[in-house]
Amino acid sequence: MTDILMPALSPTMEEGTLAKWHVKVGDKVRSGDIIAEIETDKATMEVEAVDEGTIEELLVAEGAEEVKVNTPIARLSGEDGASAAPPPMTADPQPASRAEASGDPQRQPVAEPPPAQAMPAAPVAVPIPDAELPQGVKLVKVTVRDALRDAMAEEMRRDPDVFLMGEEVAQYQGAYKVSRDLLAEFGDKRVIDTPITEHGFAGLGVGAAMAGLKPIIEFMTFNFAMQAIDHIINSAAKTLYMSGGQIKCSVVFRGPNGAASRVGAQHSQDYAGWYGHVPGLKVLAPYDAADAKGLLKAAIRDPNPVVFLEHEMLYGTEFDVPEGIDWVVPIGKAKVRREGTDVTLVSYSRMVGFCLQAAEKLAEQGIQAEVVDLRTIRPMDIETVVESVKKTNRLVTAEEGWGPMGVGAEVCAKVVELAFDYLDAPPLRVHQEDVPLPYAANLEVLSLPSVDKIVQAAKAVCYK
Amino acid sequence: MAREQTGAAGQRKANGAAKTQPSKGKTLAQVESGGKDELLKYYRDMLLIRRFEERAGQLYGMGLIGGFCHLYIGQEAIAVGVQAAQKPGDQVITGYREHGHMLACGMDPKEVMAELTGRASGSSKGKGGSMHMFSTEAAFYGGHGIVGAQVSLGTGLALANRYRDDGKVAFTYFGDGAANQGQVYESFNMAELWSLPVVYVIENNQYAMGTSIDRSSAETHLYKRGASFRIPGEEVDGMDVMAVKAAAEKAAEHARSGKGPYILEMKTYRYRGHSMSDPAKYRTRDEVDEIRKTRDPIDHVEEMLEKNGWADEATLKAIDAEVKRIVADAAEFARTSPEPDPSELYTDVYTASPVGASA
Repeated sequence: MTDILMPALSPTMEEGTLAKWHVKVGDKVRSGDIIAEIETDKATMEVEAVDEGTIEELLVAEGAEEVKVNTPIARLSGEDGASAAPPPMTADPQPASRAEASGDPQRQPVAEPPPAQAMPAAPVAVPIPDAELPQGVKLVKVTVRDALRDAMAEEMRRDPDVFLMGEEVAQYQGAYKVSRDLLAEFGDKRVIDTPITEHGFAGLGVGAAMAGLKPIIEFMTFNFAMQAIDHIINSAAKTLYMSGGQIKCSVVFRGPNGAASRVGAQHSQDYAGWYGHVPGLKVLAPYDAADAKGLLKAAIRDPNPVVFLEHEMLYGTEFDVPEGIDWVVPIGKAKVRREGTDVTLVSYSRMVGFCLQAAEKLAEQGIQAEVVDLRTIRPMDIETVVESVKKTNRLVTAEEGWGPMGVGAEVCAKVVELAFDYLDAPPLRVHQEDVPLPYAANLEVLSLPSVDKIVQAAKAVCYK
Repeated sequence: MAREQTGAAGQRKANGAAKTQPSKGKTLAQVESGGKDELLKYYRDMLLIRRFEERAGQLYGMGLIGGFCHLYIGQEAIAVGVQAAQKPGDQVITGYREHGHMLACGMDPKEVMAELTGRASGSSKGKGGSMHMFSTEAAFYGGHGIVGAQVSLGTGLALANRYRDDGKVAFTYFGDGAANQGQVYESFNMAELWSLPVVYVIENNQYAMGTSIDRSSAETHLYKRGASFRIPGEEVDGMDVMAVKAAAEKAAEHARSGKGPYILEMKTYRYRGHSMSDPAKYRTRDEVDEIRKTRDPIDHVEEMLEKNGWADEATLKAIDAEVKRIVADAAEFARTSPEPDPSELYTDVYTASPVGASA
């Protein structure tokens, strides 16, 4: 007897819908036969049998949603069942256990903490009401992925000069399904599939922007934008200045940034520091869905080149998003996501979730952390950080990128410059270790920032 | 191998779509009567570029122009001939050897020279310099210092033209050196795939800085470089302003009518070094002198004007004097204009966001 388990169909898949069974009890299957269709948040995939045998039992009904990876979905009797059984990951095939057993931290963020607004009230650190939201606005749960799509769709309806261009954005519906349904609504003139030529299509996008259009250039990931970085910096960021203000370039470069899960060094890099270095660019890195939507709408409307850094590990996470209003979040404004008195944790993108979790743990140990979400890397809202440090007198930064010359380094330098006398301890930075990101699960964990590393740093600056 | 496969000039390509052939347009030798005013204008425009560049070289020597400065002397027939084929609104974009294109576009020589000297009255307020000049008014999109970058950008201008369906053509210039850059071919592919209205004008002056085309290019017939993308190409005598104009008209018509991109390889020669600091030891003095003597684009037009009895010595001298005065005025303007105000250091980094769009 062999259990057929719910397969993971992408590096970051946690669960899926069993859309269709292609077999029924009693069917004989051979390896390679299609037995089911699984729908993930990215795609619908066919699942092939790996073993030969007879279907004894279907353990999950057709249409079942949120079936966790590694859950047994069917039972197969085989002549040689034992040898055909998949190697057990752990004694317990539950997906959460697999993540823990493999020590894979990437599995955790999908179980992100709920957004600040919905967080259960802790004894001291009370979640703060969101002052940005208009009173009485209706909030709905939306994934970051759909929030980004909605932002693009709304702006494309609003302005005929806005169009989307990139690899697999149209017919494939987006490599990460961020552009789902846009082709159907806007047609292939405004949702353009490009060849795999980042240098070229980034240049075309910048040229179209110089001619007055407002392109959204999607990079399948920002790792691939390395091929195009000349156009982002030399062509997009500098031309306004070099032309004495004549040539404007309203373009958004967007896509997932940072480490996904177990995809190795070339596909796991945080570019916030790289682009944040460059005058002429605006650089955004939102954490939750409301910011993803509101900031992307602001980025599209902005007359300057904007680098918009998303995070693959957050795409599937739901957050509250205001509904029924033109929700635009101002560029250049940080957000205090949790108030505290003892230490300021400064981060952006996915690390904000880590900082919120760290703050919970710190609260249990009597340390009240204030969590500042930068949201915009450039122009950086250092005032909000400084105000917080004046209150807490202690600073920890957290980022996925490398430490040297990084975002945390900049925050620390500015705080030392502007609030030196308020600091009661040298600031500390949490960041990726100074190595290319390793593939091995245990080494990847060691390399990346974690909630525990942030907790340790916070305690260290509190001398506890 | 590549050479054998692509075949000789004029041969129809195996894929049946990309025709590459020498230009069949009208050349200087075939100028008809009635072309008098036209030819006089080209003579004047080319002479303006030459005298302007000579003066720029002089100002560089005097320390008034800094940094890199790439002169267009010898290549004047291309910018002037292509400009003659353009319609209002058509865009021009090129690399860093762009002074000639700007003058051909009708930009004020004073503004261009003042940018060379880094003055507030320069076309980029003194913040761009020799390699980075623009004019939205003249639809001149630069002036780009990264070899080959303008090819993708120019193709993007064409994408905007197609998006708006406004009938404009983007004339995208690059040199024989840039012709080996990868993004050129990425752009060719998309331009043909999407039938974008772009004319690629390759100014083959035979030297990429100090490397001759024979030493840098496996296929030296650059008009064939679009063949594997089904883009038609032509070789053109880039020292003959009428041949340039005729080829550009044909290419522009192709692009404007929705048939997609077109490649013109302009065979030309630069008399000066790559930049002011290049002694050009990689070629002989004789090679340069021979071309100046036998193929000079301005001398050719002058001969035609005289041969047809369209301009006597007095007329040509009057044009010469006018051009010299314009250039002298531009140089004086560029020399005496104030430098940018220190407050300009921090302007033009960002465009102010409209109220309500973002902070």
